[in-house]
Amino acid sequence: MSALLELDRVNKDYRIGGFLDSSILHAVKNVSFTLSAEKPEIFTIVGESGSGKTTTARMILGNETPTSGTLRFMGQDIAGIRSRADRLKFMAKAQPIFQNPFEAFNPLTTLDYYLYSTARRFLGIKDRGGVEAATDKALNHVGLSLAEVRGRYSHELSGGQLQRIAVARALIPGPRLIVADEPVSMVDASLRMSIVNLFRELRDTLGVSIIYITHDLSTAYYISDRVIIMHRGDVVEAGDAQSVLGNPQHEYSRALSGAVLPPDPEEARQIIERRMAGAV
Amino acid sequence: MNADVLKVEGLKAYYQMNYFGVRREVRAVDDVSLTIRRNEIYGIAGESSSGKSSLIKTIAGAITPPLRVVDGSVKFDFDGRTLDVYAEPQAMKGARWQNLSYIMQGSMNVLNPVRKVKHAFHDFAFKHMGLSERDFWAKVEQHLQRIGLDPRVLESYPHQLSGGMRQRLTIALATVCEPDFIIADEPTTALDVLVQQDVLALIKDVQRRMGASIIFVTHDMTVHAAIADRIGIVYAGRLVEEGPTLDVFRRPQHPYTAHLIGSLPRIGDSRKRSALPGKPPNLADPPSGCRFHPRCPLAIDKCKTDNPALLPRQTGRVACWRAGEVEAA
Repeated sequence: MSALLELDRVNKDYRIGGFLDSSILHAVKNVSFTLSAEKPEIFTIVGESGSGKTTTARMILGNETPTSGTLRFMGQDIAGIRSRADRLKFMAKAQPIFQNPFEAFNPLTTLDYYLYSTARRFLGIKDRGGVEAATDKALNHVGLSLAEVRGRYSHELSGGQLQRIAVARALIPGPRLIVADEPVSMVDASLRMSIVNLFRELRDTLGVSIIYITHDLSTAYYISDRVIIMHRGDVVEAGDAQSVLGNPQHEYSRALSGAVLPPDPEEARQIIERRMAGAV
Repeated sequence: MNADVLKVEGLKAYYQMNYFGVRREVRAVDDVSLTIRRNEIYGIAGESSSGKSSLIKTIAGAITPPLRVVDGSVKFDFDGRTLDVYAEPQAMKGARWQNLSYIMQGSMNVLNPVRKVKHAFHDFAFKHMGLSERDFWAKVEQHLQRIGLDPRVLESYPHQLSGGMRQRLTIALATVCEPDFIIADEPTTALDVLVQQDVLALIKDVQRRMGASIIFVTHDMTVHAAIADRIGIVYAGRLVEEGPTLDVFRRPQHPYTAHLIGSLPRIGDSRKRSALPGKPPNLADPPSGCRFHPRCPLAIDKCKTDNPALLPRQTGRVACWRAGEVEAA
């Protein structure tokens, strides 16, 4: 079995504070996992703010170098990429999607510009017709078409549509891996499902593996194949989604899954009543 | 004593803009009528830009141009003293904080980062309480203890406290004068998941002890399930459904509500859920007839031309031509 992405005892430390009173913050401690190249999957990293999940994502994308340990993408050490050509090749295969679609796009730039320049840069297409065809194909995968997007600005579209365009942009170079950092936390509840369903579809039809980073356990349970739960830089629990989230073992994972309010008034009310009795 | 604290009738509030001779009107609150009873938690649900925040701002009388009230009235009843928010703006001043207070979304925006927490209490509440300095601080400390905060937090700066503690402080700030009516705008959205339940329990606990009414806004249906007694669902500036929480969750009458509730993911169930097609309506140019019809699975021709009124149905009210045929998806 060949690995698409392999993290081997990855650590990341930050030095915080001033010259005299600095201390070391261990943002990510000894994280190891492997994504198979043959079987695309949705791999979820769950954790609260400050758990190191975003730092892990940034290392996978090559934006941060690990303090120790190695990250290998299709056999290549990500931190060891030096030449521009190699970096472009890597970026074409591993693409990001960001949290807030309203911030990801410049409000003064039309959205098609992002799509065209991605196509030009990674696919090396020079002529206008080829660029438009590639863009339209990517937009079709997310249920949109170029005609709907051409000449539009980010404020003209809803958060859900913008996030779809962000996914389409990531699809243009034909990636093997998409790293999505909290992709639905800024999207409305009614549109959240459409993004999450889209990830499933990408996995099944295009064979793209997705690293889905979230603090929302209920959508994590809904789409993930495998899950790791991070707490202050440590992976406290890992395994397939059904068993980890359905029956958490570690104290912290249990606290997290207990913090999810059930979408049912009777159950939720009981939880709140219990809290009221326990507190004060 | 009147059982209703708040009565909103036919309220219309529009953003009216006039840039370079181009008039633009955004109907953020369009003909909303609702009443809130004493000792009740009323939740308002809806997606962003559906006008739910504009609605509570209008109720609080805290609107600034370009948002203007075009029609309708907002009337409070504090212990038999009636107060019309838009007819007597002067009387509102006296009622603020004492009768009517506000829990805001980002606690960091409420507390001044360069001043100690105690100054916030003094600025907000001292004038309204009519107590001497010494009695005032005794009261504040007693109140903080009731809420489960150490009175020493008064001497700290906001950045020294955790997010959960800051949100507790804003709740303490809003409730220190024991108001009759509290407005809360997304009180838990900015919080970490682990403290969300504690903050909700605190809000409910404070409300129960003081016998206050709370109107709160959030798009998170699970929060409504947890603490609201009644829910109002807002879509594109209009109230489309209202009813007791349990009934709304168990037997939604409006297709939009049915979708909202049907699409909630839950642990232990990974069946595929459908997403709502289309996009949220543009309030500057809303669809004709029922505003939900372009995205509605049950739409008929009548929905495209005629706007359904909000009519009583079973335990609540609903605005839909096909209300009887809706089933939770």
